Amino acid sequence: MSGPAAPLLEVQDLVVSFPRGRSTVQAVAGVSFDLAEGETLGLVGESGCGKSTTGRAIVQVEKPTSGKITFAGTEITALNRSDLRLMRTQIQMIFQDPISSLNPRRRVRDIVAEPLNIWKIGTDKERHDKVNAMLESVGIDPYVAGGRYPREFSGGQCQRISIARALVLEPRLLVCDEIVSALDVSVQAQILNLLADLKSEHKLTLFFIAHDLAVVKNVSDRVAVMYLGRLCEIAPSDVLYKAPAHHYTEALLSSAVEPNPVVTRTPVILPGEPPSPINPPSGCRFRTRCPRAEARCAQEVPELREIAPSHQVACHFPVGT
Amino acid sequence: MSTPDAAAPLLVVDDLHVSFSTPQGELRAVQGVSLTLELGKTLGIVGESGSGKTVLSRAIMGLLPRQSTTQTGSVRYRGEEILNAEPRALRRLWGTQIAMVFQDPMTSLNPVQRIGHQITETLKLHLKLGKDEAKETALSLLMQVGIPFPVERYDSYPHQLSGGMRQRVMIAIALACAPRLLMADEPTTGLDVTVQAQILDLLSTLQRDRDMAMILVTHDLGVVATRTDEIIVMYAGNVVERAPTKVLFSQMSMPYTEALLRSIPRIDNPSHTRLVAIEGRPPDLINPPAGCPFAPRCPYAQNKCHNEKPPLVEGTAPGHSYACWFPLAAPEPAEAVVGSGVR
Amino acid sequence: MTDVINPQTTSPLPGAVVTPTDNDEHGAAAPKRLGTFFWICAGWITLITLVAIFANLLPLPNPDFQNFAAPQNGAPGWGHLLGTDDLNRDIFSRLLFGSRVSLVVGFGGTAIGLILGGIPAMLSGYRRGRVDTFLSTASYAVLAFPALVAVIAIGSFWGHQLWKITLVIGLFSSPLIFRIIRASTLTYASRDFVMAAKALGASDRRILAREILPNLMPTIISFGLIAVASIIVLEGTLAFLGLSVPPPTPSWGNMLNEGAALLSGGPGQNNAWLVIFPAAAMFSLLFTLNVVADKLRSYLDVTEVKL
Repeated sequence: MSGPAAPLLEVQDLVVSFPRGRSTVQAVAGVSFDLAEGETLGLVGESGCGKSTTGRAIVQVEKPTSGKITFAGTEITALNRSDLRLMRTQIQMIFQDPISSLNPRRRVRDIVAEPLNIWKIGTDKERHDKVNAMLESVGIDPYVAGGRYPREFSGGQCQRISIARALVLEPRLLVCDEIVSALDVSVQAQILNLLADLKSEHKLTLFFIAHDLAVVKNVSDRVAVMYLGRLCEIAPSDVLYKAPAHHYTEALLSSAVEPNPVVTRTPVILPGEPPSPINPPSGCRFRTRCPRAEARCAQEVPELREIAPSHQVACHFPVGT
Repeated sequence: MSTPDAAAPLLVVDDLHVSFSTPQGELRAVQGVSLTLELGKTLGIVGESGSGKTVLSRAIMGLLPRQSTTQTGSVRYRGEEILNAEPRALRRLWGTQIAMVFQDPMTSLNPVQRIGHQITETLKLHLKLGKDEAKETALSLLMQVGIPFPVERYDSYPHQLSGGMRQRVMIAIALACAPRLLMADEPTTGLDVTVQAQILDLLSTLQRDRDMAMILVTHDLGVVATRTDEIIVMYAGNVVERAPTKVLFSQMSMPYTEALLRSIPRIDNPSHTRLVAIEGRPPDLINPPAGCPFAPRCPYAQNKCHNEKPPLVEGTAPGHSYACWFPLAAPEPAEAVVGSGVR
Repeated sequence: MTDVINPQTTSPLPGAVVTPTDNDEHGAAAPKRLGTFFWICAGWITLITLVAIFANLLPLPNPDFQNFAAPQNGAPGWGHLLGTDDLNRDIFSRLLFGSRVSLVVGFGGTAIGLILGGIPAMLSGYRRGRVDTFLSTASYAVLAFPALVAVIAIGSFWGHQLWKITLVIGLFSSPLIFRIIRASTLTYASRDFVMAAKALGASDRRILAREILPNLMPTIISFGLIAVASIIVLEGTLAFLGLSVPPPTPSWGNMLNEGAALLSGGPGQNNAWLVIFPAAAMFSLLFTLNVVADKLRSYLDVTEVKL
């Protein structure tokens, strides 16, 4: 489907490691993927797999240890501090916790206007109008809400305000880090619909990080699955969910709880717990829990390879072989 | 084979009302909830934030603070009235008869005590076991909840364990004294999908093996779909629908239940399926509007719904009741009042 | 706030889940008003401050004036409202002028402590890493120095002028202020809204000033007032030891010092008033400062997001 146009975002061998005591932890251990303009790429994985860290590295609030990130043709990992700062207007992020995403001591209007104030965009009146327009577009009445503090709003409304703040600079790429995980089901639906509307209205490209498989599928064109710092599989949503090629993806899908009293999937219960990222298994990191693991899995790290158009998997023995 | 007691329900809640006094007025968190639960059965209580499900579960356990709380109605455990009971009477029940598993094991476990100690503490207190006997029982419990290498883990602190493991420890503590009723309040929220599956399976297995009754309080319809016998749906402090699980999903009658289901993204739906979101927000619990609490947001609401609050009435399937003047798929509005036979 | 399932700042009380309304107050425990008592105490502090500033304009006898027409160590009476001391000076006047010393050292010392301790603390808590290690170690070094000994030593070779004492006391109160503000900064620096500001391209300085500092204000105000109270006590201690501003400048501590000697003197050399009034004045100021600090803290905490 994607034409020969260059992808908006290219991530190559991204590694982000943190010092932990005497050793280092590789939260992200060599991740590569592309994101085409106008696409929504979902990133799914369980806690500790490094998906949030990946998102933060793209937005450059977390400094990559190594690897290359290219945005709209510019290699942002090679930029100096002031040029990098300029890039920030193009890539924005929305966070999981609606409460801690907003400064409790500032009024809503000031929070949403802050990006314009930082970059000194427009006159006072223009900023005022832009803030009002933005708040309205996310479903918040600026005249009622503008002068209030975040504590006076519900979680869903706070998340809308965060979205307004992120979009006021008209970014091209929006990274959504578990933005609906902390919200009630009915509010979640409202926010997801809002996001879909804003995406087409502002021609956004989305990088949607979540742990809820159904939510990710609903929102994304393609989905990537992450385990312990590495990508297991990337495929178009419908393909991934119907015919997963990686054993982890299969197990993940089978454990998902569905509001359906009739059990449609026999769950593949993975033994044990995810190993510690400080001391990951050699070779394929999933091999200690994989039902299909063989000797080769311990010796050779599987790289992402294409097994079907747009479908990549990092496994020596994908499902079905 | 069955004694008269085995047939009687373990827990009977009758017309429970719970309200809190706040500076703005009386906050009516639970409004007239009734339910029964038998041994060996699992009841799911489903609702979003503000629905009153957590307050309900705490009220049943007797865990609500005394000051500024008003509780009326009746909660009978094995015939004994426990609502507004003396703390001493409740303490006899807690742990030994009724146990609770909470949502966030990081804050529910004592961070400065080793987990082995937290388990044996409850054993020594309630069952008066000696030190060695308690430790053996604790190790056996750790094994039963699926914690690998229990001997090594016995001396761990909570922060050294993962979320899933901590939740297993919580379950071990709850089950230490073999209670008859287990209350699980959002036991898997915040846990990974694969761990969630493990924990829910564990709870089901333990319940079966020990023939306990279980109440599963959650916001997630998926969690209760395959693991409960009966489901109660709560909205704004009221029970709006109650049915055996399969009946609820196949014959849902209350528009809120339907709206809830339609707003959840499904794995089997193609991507980019537009979700049917419920517009608006839950009502104010201090000054609830007259009429059905869901009426302001209900796509099918009619005049009657805004003016008169619908009572809980029985539907066609046994055990199915709902509170709606114009239930879904009903050819005529249901005006029958439960038990009165008046039409 | 409703519809948040497991937020980081959750409170265990189920009754606190409420539909948000204007000016949400959760539970009867959080007082919205400061209360009459607060205003009385705040008024008292303001009164003392105004008196200290405008003491020269009041119809008071010169505090150093020795009025031999009045009795020595005289009891409170018409001409001398609080009596006279053993050098025939008016106690009332000395009391009011003496408040200047306490207030200047108290508020001035705290201000200096906030600047010398608070600003590095914000940098330390925000930047972490080597900056944090360096500044923390520096503050430990100052903390480890026995403050009282240092103040006495510095005073003896540098001089006992009021501004010098204020400066030194301010310096030695900075480590504690550093720790408190650093801890507070750490809490806020890890919140998502700071990361959001970084992602928006805000400079570090802007983030510290606009995002973090407003959140530190409750801590600064309430802890600052307590620091003022502690410093006033410290000055009083120094003066009592004769190591604060030298006579004849009146200060409450000085007066206590002089008065202590007179408590057990013989007839004519006995003057309890010289101890009672400065002690009462100091007590009233410290008490009201603590009350104001405490009430402000709980009032400002209410505006924090709570469930």
